[in-house]
Amino acid sequence: MQAFIKHEGVVVPIDRSDIDTDQLVPKQFLKRVERSGFGKFLFFDWRYLNDNYDENPEFELNRPEYRDATILLARRNFGCGSSREHAPWAIADYGFKVVLASSFADIFYNNSFKNGYLPVKLSEEQIEDLFQREAKHRPYKLNVDLEKKIITDQYGLKIAFEIDDFRRDCLMNGWDDVGLTLRFEDKILDYEKKHGIV
Amino acid sequence: MAQESQEPRAPKTMYDKIWDSHVVYQEPGDDSVILYIDQLLCHEVTSPQAFEGLRLAGRKPRRPERVMAVQDHDVPTTDRDKPIADPIARKQVETLRANCREFGIRLYDLNDVEQGVIHVVAPEQGHVRPGMTLTCGDSHTATHGAFGVIAMGTGTSEVEHVLATQTLRQKKMKTMRITIDGVLPKGSTAKDVALYVINKLTTAGGAGYAVEFAGEAIRALSMEGRMTLCNMAIEMGARVGMVAPDEKTFAYIKDRPQMLKGEDFDKAVEEWKNLPSDEDAVFDREVRFNAADIKPRVTWGTNPAQSVEVTDRIPSPSDFDNVEEQKMAKAALEYMALEAGTPMTDIKLDWVFLGSCTNGRIEDFREAAKVVKGYKVADGVRAIAVPGSGVVKKLAEAEGLDKIFIDAGFEWREPGCSMCLAMNPDRLQPGERCAGTSNRNFEGRMGKGGRTHLVSPAMAAAAAIKGHFFDIRDWKYN
Repeated sequence: MQAFIKHEGVVVPIDRSDIDTDQLVPKQFLKRVERSGFGKFLFFDWRYLNDNYDENPEFELNRPEYRDATILLARRNFGCGSSREHAPWAIADYGFKVVLASSFADIFYNNSFKNGYLPVKLSEEQIEDLFQREAKHRPYKLNVDLEKKIITDQYGLKIAFEIDDFRRDCLMNGWDDVGLTLRFEDKILDYEKKHGIV
Repeated sequence: MAQESQEPRAPKTMYDKIWDSHVVYQEPGDDSVILYIDQLLCHEVTSPQAFEGLRLAGRKPRRPERVMAVQDHDVPTTDRDKPIADPIARKQVETLRANCREFGIRLYDLNDVEQGVIHVVAPEQGHVRPGMTLTCGDSHTATHGAFGVIAMGTGTSEVEHVLATQTLRQKKMKTMRITIDGVLPKGSTAKDVALYVINKLTTAGGAGYAVEFAGEAIRALSMEGRMTLCNMAIEMGARVGMVAPDEKTFAYIKDRPQMLKGEDFDKAVEEWKNLPSDEDAVFDREVRFNAADIKPRVTWGTNPAQSVEVTDRIPSPSDFDNVEEQKMAKAALEYMALEAGTPMTDIKLDWVFLGSCTNGRIEDFREAAKVVKGYKVADGVRAIAVPGSGVVKKLAEAEGLDKIFIDAGFEWREPGCSMCLAMNPDRLQPGERCAGTSNRNFEGRMGKGGRTHLVSPAMAAAAAIKGHFFDIRDWKYN
């Protein structure tokens, strides 16, 4: 996994709550057996007018000012619904490095950390403030520092955010989860022996 | 762990008990643990990249005998004697078959009679036992909580993690008990309980929680009903939904093909009787509802929290308190092409879908067949009945339910996830409207531009006959 330490980028606001993983990647793109190449399917039904990938000019990702955006800003319960990791794969493959929301669905949040981008949970007030700042200072850039756990902009904003230490370490080092757990293979075997599994 | 020897023992919730008995190791200073996973379920859509990850790292499944697999998400529900027409779906189905063969994993293959929707098949075949931890790369895995199991959906990376280590690194969830007191009124089902609770707690109300459903109305539910309810825990954001095991649970699992047998089973039952939450156990959140308040419901919007009673009218965005909900309601009405104030029973349908991991079990088809018996599907409605598994299908046919559906004009299909997520050819065209017994009414869920209303099996059956929603309490049964 690619490590994440800090990132500065343009923010694209998608002003909705309950953005579900069916919207992030519709089902017709779940049939691939690879992990790569999902970026072009991200937000498919909102982003394209038809199956020929003709862009919907109204949708935020297609607007010229957001073409290079790497930070996604949304509201409540981001990533709800299906557990499909194809959604995080699409977000990472599209080039997003940070997703900011006032809450995330549990499975999606968990999946995000396996894919090298950072989901950041902020309060509803902080998210609202970011929407307003983005509207005022377009194109709006944020600097997200995972080491210091702060988000700053060039207009004096400074937000501290919370993140689990273990997840932070993994993301900052790009560690492979399976490898980390297998350090304790002897403990797993002990458990299996104790419970009559082997 | 150390707590086990403490005297007197602190009261525990069922979640705590199962959790504590599955902790393999906790690193000092870490608030997550390595949790043993007793059973992994795999399907063709979220597993290929996990198996590929294993191969790339030179790893093997640690306990392949604790993994089962079935093809369900994108399989066709017709013409099963022919090769799958969609080459990409065919590749996924074949990939799962090859992976299972390579790694020695039990696969219920496409044309086996046991094949079906993974959350129907796993308990039906006896892979699910009370007190287990179980995961699957599917958010509706909470279904198995109905047996007193910590059952969680994960992404593909964690499918790979469980394959490789038979564990997951997990942080303990908070616990919530949702108690439904009293007796459900006539016409109200487990599905209506789910839609009611999600409506009250919102789509994110259960986030971060393992939910236990309790109370008289829950105890009265059949195992099928409990599965329907736990299945939809994720629709209020809860990864885990559970019901304490009881005699109904033991009766349901006894003699299933993969279940413990004879004395081993009897011994296990005695242990399972200790699983229910201790009487004085403390939950992080307690919610209580009255069963009498739960009426037959229909969703009107684009998330499962947006539902009303069948006798209600479609709400107006201004009925909601906060701006965010008003905005969501407005967008939902627009997508659903519905006018605020319209009676729910005026909404006309193009499709009716009976099936899915929520309502694709024998009881669901029995309930729907009772309604359908002696009637014809309304003109202009296409109705499909998709059994949750080959076993359900066979049983339904032995009871003559297939004839009732076919005589009424339903299509009687082969088992699979079907229209619930429309990865196979069963899907809506833009603008079409469907009453479905499934679990999600998201935009495009049943096909781009398609409109989904979630209901119970009996309500879906009545809607098929009438061509519009109808209050099941007024139904004239033949």
